[in-house]
Amino acid sequence: MTDTALAPPMTRSAGVDFDSTEARELLKRRYRAEARFKALGLLAVLVTAAFLAFLLVDILRKGIPSFFEHRATLTVNFDAALIDPKGTRDPADLREGDYQALVRAALQSQFPEAQDRRTRRALDGMISSGAVDDLRQAVLANPGLIGQSRVMPLLFSSDADLFLRQRDTLITRRTGSGPLRVEGESNAVTLRGGGAAFRAALAESKTFLAERRRALLAELATLPAAGSNAGVDTKRTELEQAAASIQARIADANAPETLTDREPSLLVAIGDGILKITEIGANEAKATTLIAPKPGSIITEWSLLTLRVPETNRRVNDNVSAWLEILAQRGLTERAFNARFFQNGDSREPELAGIRGALIGSALTLMVTLLLCVPIGVAAAIYLEEFAPKNRFTDLLEVNINNLAAVPSIVFGLLGLAVFLNAFDLPRSAPLVGGLVLALLVLPTIIIASRAALKAVPPSIKEAALGVGASHQQAVFHHVLPLAMPGIMTGTIIGMAHALGETAPLLMIGMVAFIVDIPGAITEAATVLPVQIFLWSDLPELAFQSRTAGAIIVLLGFLLVMNAAAVILRRMFERRW
Amino acid sequence: MNDIAPLAVPPEQADAPRPKITARNINVHYGEKHALKDVSVDVPEKGVMAFIGPSGCGKSTFLRCINRMNDTIPICRVTGDLRMDGRDIYEPGLDPVLLRARVGMVFQKPNPFPKSIYENVAYGPRLHGLAGDKTEIDEIVVSALKKASLFEEVKDRLKDSGTSLSGGQQQRLCIARAIAVRPQVILMDEPCSALDPIATAKIEELIDELRTNFTIVIVTHSMQQAARVSQRTAFFHLGKLIEDGVTDQIFMNPRHELTRNYITGRFG
Ligand SMILES: Nc1ncnc2c1ncn2[C@@H]1O[C@H](COP(=O)(O)OP(=O)(O)OP(=O)(O)O)[C@@H](O)[C@H]1O
Ligand SMILES: [Mg+2]
Repeated sequence: MTDTALAPPMTRSAGVDFDSTEARELLKRRYRAEARFKALGLLAVLVTAAFLAFLLVDILRKGIPSFFEHRATLTVNFDAALIDPKGTRDPADLREGDYQALVRAALQSQFPEAQDRRTRRALDGMISSGAVDDLRQAVLANPGLIGQSRVMPLLFSSDADLFLRQRDTLITRRTGSGPLRVEGESNAVTLRGGGAAFRAALAESKTFLAERRRALLAELATLPAAGSNAGVDTKRTELEQAAASIQARIADANAPETLTDREPSLLVAIGDGILKITEIGANEAKATTLIAPKPGSIITEWSLLTLRVPETNRRVNDNVSAWLEILAQRGLTERAFNARFFQNGDSREPELAGIRGALIGSALTLMVTLLLCVPIGVAAAIYLEEFAPKNRFTDLLEVNINNLAAVPSIVFGLLGLAVFLNAFDLPRSAPLVGGLVLALLVLPTIIIASRAALKAVPPSIKEAALGVGASHQQAVFHHVLPLAMPGIMTGTIIGMAHALGETAPLLMIGMVAFIVDIPGAITEAATVLPVQIFLWSDLPELAFQSRTAGAIIVLLGFLLVMNAAAVILRRMFERRW
Repeated sequence: MNDIAPLAVPPEQADAPRPKITARNINVHYGEKHALKDVSVDVPEKGVMAFIGPSGCGKSTFLRCINRMNDTIPICRVTGDLRMDGRDIYEPGLDPVLLRARVGMVFQKPNPFPKSIYENVAYGPRLHGLAGDKTEIDEIVVSALKKASLFEEVKDRLKDSGTSLSGGQQQRLCIARAIAVRPQVILMDEPCSALDPIATAKIEELIDELRTNFTIVIVTHSMQQAARVSQRTAFFHLGKLIEDGVTDQIFMNPRHELTRNYITGRFG
């Protein structure tokens, strides 16, 4: 009667013959298709994994350095005459003190020979203005420091920091061979080394010349044919002459070379001093003094530093390079965790710029979004799925919600601009408005996901509840909703992750402004992580590149924390049964 | 199928006793489809009545009229006069929620809530405020589980999930859940169709015990089961009630040709 379903499916009258070649062939084909599918799937997974790994490695490599900073550990004399001239110890007065002078004095005590104004300004420029603020904070926190001398960490400027990371130029160090005789002083020093002390360095600068010649020839090759244009012809002869003269210099391997700021710099470190070579031969070099070494005419221990990038192309000149080199040599530099990156808001100075402002901005914005989206989205989904009558109107509603999920996000930004800012006059750049806009953006996603989750609950559960006399609403809220909760939360977290990464609509409502202060409320001006990344990635300074990557790491971390929280919440909900 | 002897019908119940449910000219439409046509039948109090008939003849539909479960289907329209204890079930003032507290239901596939065994049974009484405090609920849960002859098997694992039980145990849990609300009528829609013979035998025994306190209406596709557990039987065919009467009479001596053919297995 009802057992017809158990009847064997009708095949050929003889059924399947295990041993026939046809059956084997069919089987083989089936296995081949299976293997093909498996291989393709594996390939897809591998390709995706490779891309992901590449992305992660690249971002980590670029971003991790931004979590560290370089500092000079100098002895600072908290001179009362400079920071508290009135002697009141009143915080208001202490705040006004000349802390820059403390930094200047600390540097001066290290490099007393820096006397003229330009050199001194360059010396001061090594230390970030953040160090001055740090000293002020230290004194305000502990006025007992006044009058004392303390070793303080002073943050380097971003240029000095880049130099110390060897991002400004590659530095190679070579220990000098044989004793070196030093004659003359200050700007006219002659270094004589026996046994071709400078041969290797000379050869190196010739190699550099060869490179430059190749570049000239390459440029020549791009010029149009001779005789077409008078201007081009003069250019051609110029290039040809330059290449020929370089060729002559290269040809004589022992001819001395004059080093200008357009060639790699060669510095000689002698004890506690540094000289800069201006002319180099195989055995002899002329140099100027950057930092005077201890007097003495024959030196046995010395080393040769090559800064690969010519001085004109560097952010840090030879003078500052020498100071940094000596500071490092004296053990007065340190690399430390960059807490500032997580404590500061945005800044024009790369070494002071932090993501705290954007992080808090993102958190506040997402909070607004979450508080709006989840109740409204879930309520809408429950109503549409469980209570709404099925008619034209609800059909229309459903279609529109689905369409809304596909509307480009920038449109929501324009809507926010027109409605929340212009019509309602809400504050510009505020997380409140950002949250509202993102809520609009995410609502369709949450509604659709929640409806799917509700629909996936087996109807037998609802029938069971109705069967023992639960009302429709009780059945939904006691049984269907809890079962749909994990799915709803997955949808919510997808929506929130989407909102966290959204940039375009927030640009429209002014969250793209340069905001230094860390927002304390949802109505204060703020920016968010992706917008901060967008802003930094646009800046020309090399130092901001690593900040950008660092901010991306923080954004990914934020996302990871959010997803982890969602997984934990899901577990909690699921374990109830 | 199994070795349980047909249950004898006590002579005092052989003749139709006082009806619990009376249905007159019930018509049900699902949209255009006319699923039940002029069904009139009496369900006697304290006893088991079986509905039999070929698939799609409207047995479930009629069962779901009795606890107004059909109200949840928007396209379903019920007309006619359906009374329980003389009171119109479909009168506008009667809330189906209260009706369902009086008329429990057990479904074809066991559908315990994905909660603990205890919570499954306690849910109904809590919902209807049948117990004041925790101890009262405990009592109701234990007695319902005992009546459903499940208590001995689960007394040490009341905190375990209801879905962790075997199919037969789950179905008895569903019966306990229905009993816990203290209904007067229990509707069972093919309660054993997903169970093996041993679990089926247990449920049948249970039904036989329950009939002293409850009015039971059971839909079944198994002729033997109908003969074993019921005192009265109604035969449906293509939305019509062909005949109803004392089970023995229906099986031994059917009045109608269609009934005879169905019982003897001449059509399905
Ligand atoms: N929700 C519904 N919507 C539309 N038609 C329905 C619905 N439920 C049942 N029907 C129709 O009503 C008729 C009776 O169905 P019903 O479920 O009562 O049959 P049944 O006797 O219980 O069958 P079975 O023994 O297979 O369970 C069938 O023709 C079916 O197609
Ligand atoms: Mg049915």
